[in-house]
Amino acid sequence: MEELLGEFIAETRETLEPLAGEIVAWEADPSDRARLDSIFRFVHTVKGSCGFLDLPRLEKLSHAAESVLAEVRSGDRTPDRKLVNAVLAIIDRIGEYVEALAAGETYPEGGDDALILALEDNEIVAPEPTPAAVAQQQSAPRAPARSIRLPVELLDRMMAGVSDMVLARNELSRRLRERGGDAIVDTAFERLSACVAEMRESITRTRMQRIDGLFSALPRMVRDLSAELHKQIHLIIDGGDVELDREMIEMIRDPLTHIVRNSIDHGIEGAADRAASGKPAIGTLRVDARQSGNQILIEIADDGRGIDDEKLLAKALAAGLVTRERAQRMDRQERLELIFAAGLSTAQAVTAISGRGVGMDVVRANVERIGGTVEIDTNLGRGTRLTLRVPMTLTIIPALTFAVGSELFAIPRGAVDEIVRSYGGSVEVETVGSAPVARIRGERVPVVELARLLGVEGHAPAGRTILVVVRASSGERYALSVDSVQDHEELVVKPAAPAIMATGVYAGTTLPDNGRPMLLIDPAGVAQVAGVRAPDAAIPAKAEAEEARVETVPTLLFRACDQAVRAIRLSLVERIEDVAASAIARVGGRLRLSHDGRILPLFGCDAAMPDKDGRVRVLLLGDGTTEIAYAIAEVIDIHALAPDFLPTAEPGPVAGVMLVGDIQVELVDCFWLFGQAGAAARPPERPLCVLDGSDPWMRDILRPIVEQAGYRVGWSGEGGEAAAVAILSAETAPAAPLPAASVIRLRATADETAASAGSIYRYDRHGLIAALAAAQGRR
Amino acid sequence: MDDLKLIARIAGQEVALSADAVESVVEIEAITPVPLAATHIAGLAALRSRVLTIVDSYAALDLGRSPRDGVIQAIVVTIDNHLYGLLVDEVVDVAAITGDPQPLHVGLARGWAGAALGLVEHQDRALLLLDPARIVAGPLAAAA
Repeated sequence: MEELLGEFIAETRETLEPLAGEIVAWEADPSDRARLDSIFRFVHTVKGSCGFLDLPRLEKLSHAAESVLAEVRSGDRTPDRKLVNAVLAIIDRIGEYVEALAAGETYPEGGDDALILALEDNEIVAPEPTPAAVAQQQSAPRAPARSIRLPVELLDRMMAGVSDMVLARNELSRRLRERGGDAIVDTAFERLSACVAEMRESITRTRMQRIDGLFSALPRMVRDLSAELHKQIHLIIDGGDVELDREMIEMIRDPLTHIVRNSIDHGIEGAADRAASGKPAIGTLRVDARQSGNQILIEIADDGRGIDDEKLLAKALAAGLVTRERAQRMDRQERLELIFAAGLSTAQAVTAISGRGVGMDVVRANVERIGGTVEIDTNLGRGTRLTLRVPMTLTIIPALTFAVGSELFAIPRGAVDEIVRSYGGSVEVETVGSAPVARIRGERVPVVELARLLGVEGHAPAGRTILVVVRASSGERYALSVDSVQDHEELVVKPAAPAIMATGVYAGTTLPDNGRPMLLIDPAGVAQVAGVRAPDAAIPAKAEAEEARVETVPTLLFRACDQAVRAIRLSLVERIEDVAASAIARVGGRLRLSHDGRILPLFGCDAAMPDKDGRVRVLLLGDGTTEIAYAIAEVIDIHALAPDFLPTAEPGPVAGVMLVGDIQVELVDCFWLFGQAGAAARPPERPLCVLDGSDPWMRDILRPIVEQAGYRVGWSGEGGEAAAVAILSAETAPAAPLPAASVIRLRATADETAASAGSIYRYDRHGLIAALAAAQGRR
Repeated sequence: MDDLKLIARIAGQEVALSADAVESVVEIEAITPVPLAATHIAGLAALRSRVLTIVDSYAALDLGRSPRDGVIQAIVVTIDNHLYGLLVDEVVDVAAITGDPQPLHVGLARGWAGAALGLVEHQDRALLLLDPARIVAGPLAAAA
């Protein structure tokens, strides 16, 4: 508001100055239509701004003047000297009022009505300015204007000038270095250099604008939309003071609007649905911006229903966007990314608010066009967070530079997944037909030999190239084979001439500090020219090329806490993290990890934690609803393995054994793990089972089984609550009778003796569980 | 028509270009090649903080390739907001040439014909008046 007011004051002052001339001219010739029009425009503008800024006195004055002038314009009244005077008095009053505002004072009350009355067609004459106002004007000299308006074009020219200066400085620096040291010249040059750098920074800042301008439209939009959809939404905006390039603000306006609309329309549920899922009736939408290095992060988070990646996948399958084979290989994040696929809308019904599936793909394309990225993170039932990362200025993008032959090229860093050596241990390049394919950690990635594609001679010896693994915005993932990687640089990118763009492989040109132009590679264009297709289309083609290839599942191999090598299906692994050992505790009968404010059951180790300087590495596994943690010693590798394995006889933490190379590897049974976690997460109104706490066997071995069967465990002698069932040893008599509805007696030997008639052998798991279930059913 | 013409030599031929279109004449030292681009795009060069797209006038006129030894002169023109440098053997003169260009009655090779606007007379010699935009468009576009 403060800023808007400042702008209003500056603007009013600015228009008042030339208006003074117009007023005098109008006074001399009241029939002059052009003058009349410009005065009318002035009061009209003031009136509009006042209504918005809540300045009722000014609004009233300007409104009165506007109506009279409108009458004059329509010919209903003829301007006479008295009317001209009255209008002038009002304009003067507006000027005084604005000055008072600028000085932060309140303009003395009263006098306005007299001015307004004087406008009427009557005998009342506009009063002379009140002595108070005059005195004020004299005592408070007008504060000099602190802001001016400039055409953006001028700023652009200054920017270009400064860029020239930087290049000239660089050349001078090179020449000075060649010439050899003259301390005095060097010092002077250093000073010049610092000045230039400072200048460059301040000129860059002239193009910066607070993101407030972008956020200010959101409250209204959220209000209107939520009213329309009968939802209650609380909007929290943060980080409005973050600055970014004004052009950038324009570029992210549409994507941001779209994401917010989506959140309101599809994300946040209606009050009834929210209440049903135990959430507050009012949904929360958070929009915040923050700066991180040269990037601006804008996060849009809602606490709505989240995105169901399985549903998304089913939709994508139905729409033919992915093949079934591909679908099986997708991990959760990849499935989520489907929301950015063209022609996929998650809403059950197309609504007027978010339109028809022409949304997120366009959002991503727009953000990527300005060198940014969009990330999605969702938790089913809990909400969705989208993060836009955009460079601070439109023209400067972070890039990776690399050499091919004798030339350097750049590629937007956002598109680069990873960089590997083609001759490294984990990478193998093989030729399929005529096309090279790299196998990187078990995954096959098509290789595009940039030197060959561009028709230049590569300098790296065959088989010694660097692979830059690139993910193009259109979804293709491939490895760009280059001679050597040079540097990470922030580059000023300009559009290239049409003849250069026509090649389809370049995104623009850039001039690094060495003054030699460089081409920016367009990852999507290269994919197209090289004939690399998006994975969905590419996989069947690959399968044709290698008919013998079997279907595989990406699988993570790791060394477990007990040093055994185990495997887990990658699709369930959401993250691998190092957590503080102190975050793990044995509570409620099992090891649990407190992580990000949640408590997750921890599997994979019993007591001995693989403690590395107080840190424990865990796999965070998720099946969409339940999250569990699995402690490991270290990650070994990711392999694409055949889906079949040798199952174990009994259900348990290990589903079976599979062969990786020559090593037998236990495959973790995630079905079982999640089953366990689900059992543990049962509500606390479980029946109580009393055990003999003095018996370590019962305490440590029996107890988990009892808990799995759906009981709470209590200890004999604790008393209080009546237990649903008590488990006793058949051999040792209880110290005191246990207050329990039913009693299960366990014996230590497999054979039933007379003394232990009706008891259950203590390792007869099925018998025990059946007895426990029966006891629960009896209640 | 009464305006200034820039007279330059391309492949030994003296030609005229309307000086209106010309921003400056620069000497180009290093050219960054642009792989895959049309043959008449010689590459990129820097003009202070701006990037020039260098056009090989020989190739654009279907005359082979411009010699690229040492420092080469280029005529800087702006077409559709993009800055181009047209490589020439040498810039000879700037002269006011009066009179409308005469239509061509000579059978010109395809390359020249595609870029020529007509004939102008300067110091009793006939010069081809070339259109920079057509040189930039290249041999294919000019022939079409």
